Amino acid sequence: MSKTSYINRPNRPLQIYAVLFLIFLYVPVLFLPLFSFNDSIYVRFPLEGFTWRWYIELWHREPVWNSLMNSVKVGAATSVIATALGIFAAKAITRYRMPGRGPIVGFVMLPLVVPGIIFGVALLVLLSRLGVPLSLYTVAIGHMIVCLPFAIATLIPRFEGFNKSIEEASADLGENGWWTFWRVTFPIVWPGVLASLLLTFTISFDEFIMAFFLSGTEPTLPMYIWGQLRFPQQFPSVLALSSLIIFVSFFIVLIGQYLNRDVQETLVKKDT
Amino acid sequence: MGDTAASPPDPLLHPKRRRRPLRGLMQRSEAIRAYILMSPTLVVMTLGIVIPFAILITISLWTAQGFGFDTSLTLNNYAQANEQPIYNALLFRSLKMSGLATVATVLLSYPMAYYVAFHVKRNKMMWIVLMTLPFWTSYLLRVFAWKVVLGYEGVINSGLLATGLIDKPLEFLLYSQSAVVITLAHAWAAFAILPLYVSLEKIDRSLLEAATDLGDGPVMRFLRVTLPLSLPGVISASLLIFIPTTGDYITPALLGGPDGTMIGNLIQLQFGPVNNWPMGATLSIILMLWIAGLALVFLFLTQLAKKKLT
Repeated sequence: MSKTSYINRPNRPLQIYAVLFLIFLYVPVLFLPLFSFNDSIYVRFPLEGFTWRWYIELWHREPVWNSLMNSVKVGAATSVIATALGIFAAKAITRYRMPGRGPIVGFVMLPLVVPGIIFGVALLVLLSRLGVPLSLYTVAIGHMIVCLPFAIATLIPRFEGFNKSIEEASADLGENGWWTFWRVTFPIVWPGVLASLLLTFTISFDEFIMAFFLSGTEPTLPMYIWGQLRFPQQFPSVLALSSLIIFVSFFIVLIGQYLNRDVQETLVKKDT
Repeated sequence: MGDTAASPPDPLLHPKRRRRPLRGLMQRSEAIRAYILMSPTLVVMTLGIVIPFAILITISLWTAQGFGFDTSLTLNNYAQANEQPIYNALLFRSLKMSGLATVATVLLSYPMAYYVAFHVKRNKMMWIVLMTLPFWTSYLLRVFAWKVVLGYEGVINSGLLATGLIDKPLEFLLYSQSAVVITLAHAWAAFAILPLYVSLEKIDRSLLEAATDLGDGPVMRFLRVTLPLSLPGVISASLLIFIPTTGDYITPALLGGPDGTMIGNLIQLQFGPVNNWPMGATLSIILMLWIAGLALVFLFLTQLAKKKLT
């Protein structure tokens, strides 16, 4: 500690910068809940007074509940399938010597960097050529492509983190591959699986651009919000809805990060 | 070979000879098992990426005709996209704006990542989660939040009006290129911080001590040791922001106004109201080619810079 202290000497300006950075990162988002309790149709200072009005109004709106259900359906299907595929893929990537591993991983991670609009229009063109009508199913297909890289990236450290010899011991004791997976591998990677389910659900739940191109007559929640943004008089209720979504997303992601914490700790060097 | 096969089998040699092809089979079957496990993902990705792209390329060679397509293959769309000044203008504006947003994000995130990697001792994990948490919330809502902040009657304008600093709302805040650049930089900060942080955290601290012992001050030490070693993080952060933001649709649509429109909006127009899918496909592919080309040039230049530095 004392040996490296002249390098890690406290740096006051940098510390202030870091705190300001965090504030700047959060403040714009926190204006949404702030104004959602404001008793005025206009989103502006000075604040008029506290009200639950916008939340109560939201509660009685049929389309909000419908689009919420649509988003939950798509999110649930997407997260379960993406995570299931992610388990197989992560096991293949970490456990076996696979020729062409690098290019395969690169290919699978492609959706992380390619602009979403390009995937959206490419899938739209394919589906329309095949004559598939746009629906929640097509949205789920689009979300699956967005979510799979995240599922695999969440699960890979889990598989890397545990000792292969535990699986071998199970095989030596007479379990076959199937039961070794369920009784040994799965319980060990389970926190990662749960984290992957939660994260991919959140991504699908919040995703807009794929849904924008691929949804039919049934909107997802972000699509519903997008539609409402055209009407300034709807702003307060959109603010209320947005605040709820942000709050729930934060909550789900925090649980996911917490479940996966021991793996994430590899991000932190032990010797500092 | 024929001689050894004809000679009486040596009981000690026999198992050895048998094991070798067996091990080869094991290895091969290991690869086969890996491919079997990988195959559902690869099938989904092929159906979701390769085939749609092939069709996108095909359709970009067609021509729109009323509600249908003329399916004879031509490069007319590409020629037209090249001739129309508006297409090129929007493309270069998009590249410029996301370039600006990328530079701003990397420059602003670097000190933050540096602080967490070198100066935070306890609760490092908490800092990392705090920095990346907003990234997990809806992109649409984060952009919407900026609309609330920058709007004509938004947080900044009404706040300044209420305190009496200005008499009438500042009009340049919303619907401008700067609004789009600010929002992009804010929304993609987490994408920059993680790779920067990882590359800084990996740096061997004893190298810094060595630099100090050899007489470098803090500034020279940073320029000669820390910065070059963190360059991989800077490169991946830049690419991770630049590539997706060039095709962004939501931010310019909500905050750009006519001045801040980007190529993504134009692509959406072709697939929506204009209903010229072949042109939309052409523009998507031109955008992809530009992004890929610029990314390669960038990687090449950073490789050169790395060689110069080390």
